[in-house]
Amino acid sequence: MAVTISIPTVLRTQTDGQANVEVDGATVGAVFDEVISRFPGLKANLVGDDGGLHKFVNVFVDDEDIRYLDGLDTKLDDGASIAILPAVAGGA
Amino acid sequence: MIAVGVTTLRLTRHQHAVMVGHCYDGLPDEACGLLLGPMIGGVATGVITDTRPCVNADASARTYTVAPKDMLRAMRAAESAGVEIVGVWHSHTHTTAYPSPTDVRQAVDPGWIYPIVSLRDGAPVMRAYRIVAEVITEVPIEIVA
Repeated sequence: MAVTISIPTVLRTQTDGQANVEVDGATVGAVFDEVISRFPGLKANLVGDDGGLHKFVNVFVDDEDIRYLDGLDTKLDDGASIAILPAVAGGA
Repeated sequence: MIAVGVTTLRLTRHQHAVMVGHCYDGLPDEACGLLLGPMIGGVATGVITDTRPCVNADASARTYTVAPKDMLRAMRAAESAGVEIVGVWHSHTHTTAYPSPTDVRQAVDPGWIYPIVSLRDGAPVMRAYRIVAEVITEVPIEIVA
């Protein structure tokens, strides 16, 4: 099933400047595998050392944070919208 | 890859007031918010179309994390307006308006502008920066009508 992934500006250097990428996949993990196979430079930003979701990235499926769903196993409906967003943080 | 730098951050009086006001509202914790505007070649132009106060998910006087839901809302708003998220501002409650080592290490996007509002002294002090490959460059702020 086809879903759309929105890419934040900081990662568009890895996607030939594309802001939205359409891929097929039944789960978030499957979609990540697909998009990483097309744009290998994304891997270091999406996947942590343990193979799970990178800690400095937030992923939403249709406005729900996948950390509160089933993580990378979250199932996708056809036409789902996936947003990849960098964690924005700092401190004095 | 990084295009020419932003020469000046241009804020309206209202935008400036929203940013500083949100920092006071957040006391005693640090406050944070996102800036929307156009980019050229992946770099903020310095023109700001929207200032969006966000929740500090850390609820801390020492650190901030923009609440992920606020980040999502800002991204959607940017998409609707045909602009981008071009920066994040935050407060330093007890230090100067200069990026901390944590700010530098965690700077998310080399194309963004990073305003910091110091509330250490009697009057608020706002200064803004680019942070590219851990190198800090100040961006002058111009208040426009």
